[in-house]
Amino acid sequence: MILRYLLEKEFKQIFRNRFLPRIIFAFPCVALLVFPLAANFEVRDIRLCLVDHDRSHASSRLVRKIAASGYFKLSRQAPDHRSALSSVESDESDMVLQIPPGFGRDLVGTGTSRVTISANSVDGVKGGIGSAYLSGVVAGFADEIRQEIHPEPAGAGPGRIETVPRLRFNPHLRYESMMVPALMVMLLTMICGFLPALNIVSEKEKGTIEQINVTPVGKSTFILSKLLPYWLIGLLVMSIGLVIARLVYGLVPLGSLGTIYLFACLYILAISGFGLAISNHSNTMQQAMFVMFFFVMVFNLMSGLFTPVSSMPEWAQATTRINPLSYFIEAMRCVYLKGSGFRDLQPQFLALCACALVMNGWAVLSYRKTT
Amino acid sequence: MPALDVRDLDRSFGSTKALEGVSFSVEDGELFGLIGPDGAGKTTLFRILSTLLLADRGTAAVDGFDVVRDARKIRERVGYMPGRFSLYQDLTVEENLEFFANVFGTTVARNRHLVDDIYRHIEPFRKRKAGALSGGMKQKLALSCALIHKPSVLFLDEPTTGVDPVSRKEFWNILANLRSQRITIVVSTPYMDEAILCDRVALMDDGRVLRIDTPDGIVEGFPGPLWIARARNMHALLSGLRDDPDVESAFAFGDAHHVKPRPDAKDPAGLARRLEERGHQEVVVAPARPGIEDCFIEMLGRKVSA
Repeated sequence: MILRYLLEKEFKQIFRNRFLPRIIFAFPCVALLVFPLAANFEVRDIRLCLVDHDRSHASSRLVRKIAASGYFKLSRQAPDHRSALSSVESDESDMVLQIPPGFGRDLVGTGTSRVTISANSVDGVKGGIGSAYLSGVVAGFADEIRQEIHPEPAGAGPGRIETVPRLRFNPHLRYESMMVPALMVMLLTMICGFLPALNIVSEKEKGTIEQINVTPVGKSTFILSKLLPYWLIGLLVMSIGLVIARLVYGLVPLGSLGTIYLFACLYILAISGFGLAISNHSNTMQQAMFVMFFFVMVFNLMSGLFTPVSSMPEWAQATTRINPLSYFIEAMRCVYLKGSGFRDLQPQFLALCACALVMNGWAVLSYRKTT
Repeated sequence: MPALDVRDLDRSFGSTKALEGVSFSVEDGELFGLIGPDGAGKTTLFRILSTLLLADRGTAAVDGFDVVRDARKIRERVGYMPGRFSLYQDLTVEENLEFFANVFGTTVARNRHLVDDIYRHIEPFRKRKAGALSGGMKQKLALSCALIHKPSVLFLDEPTTGVDPVSRKEFWNILANLRSQRITIVVSTPYMDEAILCDRVALMDDGRVLRIDTPDGIVEGFPGPLWIARARNMHALLSGLRDDPDVESAFAFGDAHHVKPRPDAKDPAGLARRLEERGHQEVVVAPARPGIEDCFIEMLGRKVSA
């Protein structure tokens, strides 16, 4: 019953804060509208420097084909490889394509020829993806030529394997489709992790915790009164996220909304409990902020949000097993893209249950009324 | 059974000894004062008694309940008002009072009579945020909140520090009223003039209790006579007094100097004459009745020389 009065007090304080209610609404909107559009892995307008020693009909056909792909912009024609590289050094070009003398002749005569692709990989993503695109275009060109010289029915030639990748669950490899569900998890982490982390310690700084500590309010009741408001706020943020995903990105989860909310409920409990535990151990808001920042940063980077968990070294993969984010992100992506149901996600569900129990147990135990 | 029973409390913070062997007991319904300068250990003592802090050694019991073992029972029957204002500044006056009644499982309506005397001073501002109250009103609200659950023992840590003289006087009138309702009150203050308003006081310094007695008892225990001295140049007079063979100690005290003569000193007139011979003008030396502050300074002086 006392919990009711404590909750009433918490909500009054949250709504009377000039800053909090606004940030709770603004943060999901900005994060979901800006991040997926601004930060993505699609590479366009790669500046290509061409070194054409051949100047044949074949080489100019190749160049036209590259330009038509839409990914490349011909930034320069260089007389030799060295001056091409210096244009990369002075950041006028991102990649160099060198076509050797006799390219057209060899291609028509023997059916094979070589070109050299060099890429600036200071920005590794751009270098890697750019050279993959360019190799693809060149390979396509080689097929075309081969077809012209030895016309044969498709797929019937001896020793030729044609691969046609079919991408399941995200057929067009849309970046938003995989990032938006994961960004919602990041949002919940920021709001439902940081706000509780700052809450208890702010009562310590203001001295109000002393007055609470001399009341008969129990430890679990107190922690629960700090937890429940963020639970509701988190579900609200989640709902805003789902609406934005639907309206702006046309993303509708293939699986059920119920599964998403079930996981969100658990996840918020876990991360808020973690925030409260940090708050209990801190003496100042500054301390709580930095400790929380450290953990949230590690959680985010090690969760599979940006880079796949399976490509991490083994020790790093082990850390993702105690990272609640990684379970929730996995669950969100599976529900959104694969249509997974609760039965498919039982391991993640149990892991999140364990996280929530441990974190909140820790929060209750680390709250001391007597020092 | 005493309302408060404290035995041999020790508490250190690192190498600083905040409390050393503190023992005393307070009777039911008594108004008990803890008098001492900043750093004497008053706040540490309050924090131990209200279950916020654990002692290194010793025991303390409130209404017969041990502060460690029966902490929960104590929290139900103790009202604590910390030295620093610690109510919710973003809640209104009314909301604070209701909140603290509710978390103790009671209502404002049920215990309104206890705080009526105090709360009517701030009731006109009941819709105002607690953070926007003046210093004196904040203290009245804090006292109301500490009282609203009908505690049997009230701990007030320097409730009048930083409060104007009129509000201070009002505050002590309120305490006197509460005592008549049989609420045991332990109050700390650095102001000696407030000490005489208590039933008994404990003089504290440097983590120890120097003496416990009624205010009158403490004054009567002052060893030997006390003189006061005035002259035109008060500053020069003080060093003149300290150089005189009849004077054991002398210190500035408001508009006059207080002088403790040596046991073998004869009379104030002799001292006055000698001072005038040495060039002090308009010298007046007269016997005076010692106050609590004189006793306190005298005790501190004895401790230093011991």
